[in-house]
Amino acid sequence: MELDPLLLSRIQFAFVVSFHAIFPVFTIGLAAYIAVLEALYFRSNDPVYEKLSKFWIKVFAVVFGMGVVSGIVMAFQFGTNWSNFSFAAANFLGPVLSYEVVTAFFLEATFLGVLLFGRDKVPRGVHLFAACMVAVGTFISSFWILSANSWLHTPAGVELRDGLFHVTSWAQAIFNPSLPYRFAHMALASFITGGFVVAGVSALYLLQGRNRNTSLRALKMSIIMLAVATPLQLVVGDLHGLNTFEHQPAKVAAMEGLWETTEGAPLLLFAIPDSAAETNHLEIAIPNLASLILTHSLDGEVIGLTDFAPEDRPPVGVVFWSFRLMVGLGMIFIAISLLAAFQLWRGKLEQSPLILRALTWMIPLPFIAVLAGWFVTDIGRQPWMVYGLMRTSEALTPSLSGWMALTSLIGYILVYAVVFGAGLYYLRRIVAAGPDPLTARGPESSARAKRPWSAVSQPLDEPSPGTARS
Amino acid sequence: MELIDLTLIWIGIIGLGVFMYVLMDGFDLGVGILFPFAPDDRSRDAMMNSVAPVWDGNETWLILGGAGLLAAFPLVYAVFLPALYLGVFLLLAGLIFRGIAFEFRFKAPAGSRHWWDRSFNIGSTVAAFAQGAVVGAYIQGFETEGFVYVGGALDWLTPFTVMTGLGVVAGYALLGVTWTILKTEGTTRDWAYRLAPWLLAAVMGFFVIVSLWTPMASEHVRGRWFDNITALWIFPVLTVITAAAVWRWLRRRVDALPFVGSMALFALFYMGLLISMWPYAVPPDHTFWDAASDPGSQLFLLLGVLFLIPIILGYTAWTYWVFRGKVQADVGYH
Repeated sequence: MELDPLLLSRIQFAFVVSFHAIFPVFTIGLAAYIAVLEALYFRSNDPVYEKLSKFWIKVFAVVFGMGVVSGIVMAFQFGTNWSNFSFAAANFLGPVLSYEVVTAFFLEATFLGVLLFGRDKVPRGVHLFAACMVAVGTFISSFWILSANSWLHTPAGVELRDGLFHVTSWAQAIFNPSLPYRFAHMALASFITGGFVVAGVSALYLLQGRNRNTSLRALKMSIIMLAVATPLQLVVGDLHGLNTFEHQPAKVAAMEGLWETTEGAPLLLFAIPDSAAETNHLEIAIPNLASLILTHSLDGEVIGLTDFAPEDRPPVGVVFWSFRLMVGLGMIFIAISLLAAFQLWRGKLEQSPLILRALTWMIPLPFIAVLAGWFVTDIGRQPWMVYGLMRTSEALTPSLSGWMALTSLIGYILVYAVVFGAGLYYLRRIVAAGPDPLTARGPESSARAKRPWSAVSQPLDEPSPGTARS
Repeated sequence: MELIDLTLIWIGIIGLGVFMYVLMDGFDLGVGILFPFAPDDRSRDAMMNSVAPVWDGNETWLILGGAGLLAAFPLVYAVFLPALYLGVFLLLAGLIFRGIAFEFRFKAPAGSRHWWDRSFNIGSTVAAFAQGAVVGAYIQGFETEGFVYVGGALDWLTPFTVMTGLGVVAGYALLGVTWTILKTEGTTRDWAYRLAPWLLAAVMGFFVIVSLWTPMASEHVRGRWFDNITALWIFPVLTVITAAAVWRWLRRRVDALPFVGSMALFALFYMGLLISMWPYAVPPDHTFWDAASDPGSQLFLLLGVLFLIPIILGYTAWTYWVFRGKVQADVGYH
């Protein structure tokens, strides 16, 4: 069988970028939370904030470490597998990615060292400053990378001469039409992801009856934030969708599973899209709703996939279903957040074991929603690398053979399996040990002050984490 | 626009970035290369502690190198990476395994910690070797048609690049061992002092071999060194003098100077390489000027970089200051 380097490279890119994306989406939200905790501690001297911050910094260190190592891979993927694209788009992409490095990566990496290991080596204000710099760095970083990504969807400010993109307006290219929506959508997604992880872990401790003080405080903070962020995300997501409808109608047609251009298009709740027959099977639909959402009119026109030549259409099934998965999860997030906020307002959240349990189940779901969202937008961009200007098939490295791509793909899968397996295992240990030294830790908490070994020096040889050691 | 040669400025900036990376990640990769030879676990703890707060910032220079090449010299990015495809994978896999070892090693139960020691060691060694092979491949040159690499998957792997790979492993180990001398005390430092002269000798051995081999491997390099510009020979002479000074400082046990001297050695090797290859970015056909991006793009990034690099160097220096002094090796763990 002939190995197709294009398909293998696409699978590899999807794999390494998905694996990478789950870390920053969590650390952006968590970095902001840690900065808030440090600021509250700085102002109030309340040890609960210090305990919480120290605990979440440990989680942050592990997740950030995995994000860093998988991020280094991303810096080279464009060159190894997509060298034609890199060469053609370098005039825009190169400066944007370089600005990400010099404005964000150095800031994050350098101040992370101080945040993790410097608590006893620098004044408290400086430590707080380091926490803020890490949080700001994660945001600056996401701005640049989303600018680069958005430009692939809505290229602007460039002209194509002799196969190379030349920038004609940096402002238009960087602040291209889909950037504001994508950035807002992603920033909220990061807060929601971080919020659900903090809420879920806190709920877990309350169910287990330990770390009560810290957990109640963390739960309250995260639920209030989630109750605002999750409904807001629905609004931002809708605006993002309208922006996509304007610039990339083929993607929206795939998201809606709409084949024929229709006035008064229905919203499909369920369907099995069939690309060969250009139709759907087993449709369950709400009449006119898609038109209402996209055009704000019951009989507005929505463009269908058959308006585009078959070779210009994205894969329909995966886009259609990823979109439903993302939206469905979003609805669950809103429901749980509002319910928990209502119980919090009544002062009964701690006595609601069902909601607490549900919150613990939420922990993996925002990650799935985020990946599903990226699948929608980037598979929906196909078959274009740069929408309307450069096809993915033209972007591939010419010298890349099938076996080379397969070798590296298998390699990355094996390497990431080890990284992810070990990382998850250690994260579970950190969570099992908990934030409260009175219930969870022995003498090493005082010893750590003198030993900047690792940001995460959990007790190592205890028979069962969480039991007192003396 | 033509008043200033932006490409020349960018050669300087990328050159500085790569050199910063080589020095800074060089010593922390070197610590990883030496890891299994350390006298005991306590020494290993101390060695790892000495680089834990700074390794992440150090590796960021590599990302700057990658992104900066894409911005200023896209041809280098679009030829080197496809040509070195499998080598790049090895480099990245190595960096991943050593990077995660920092966090995981101290959290692993005692029974499984040795796996992360191994991960740190093998990852560091493979990454160092791959970087050395990249240097060798650069000297060797790349088969291109127009602006596209057309050579094979393993063209980069030759006896010459294996030699440069091993040379960089030895060089990083020297940086690592002199860093260890600087940052530790007691038995760890004694061990490092015993090891350092051997590594210095090995590095100088590789220097001689590569220096003799390179003119044979590349006609261009031969011309550079043996046609009329005799002033260039000051560099090998300075290299030998610096090596002798490091040797002396090791004998007299001056903690700080061997590291400084080793960095100076690297600077001299680096100058020698640039002189040899100038003005080629993708030898044998393309110069830096052929490889450059649009002047508008170079200028747009230059404005930010000239402002930001001094700030980055400033706060980087500050963190090294925060974590200055000897690592507390003997504070008990249990």
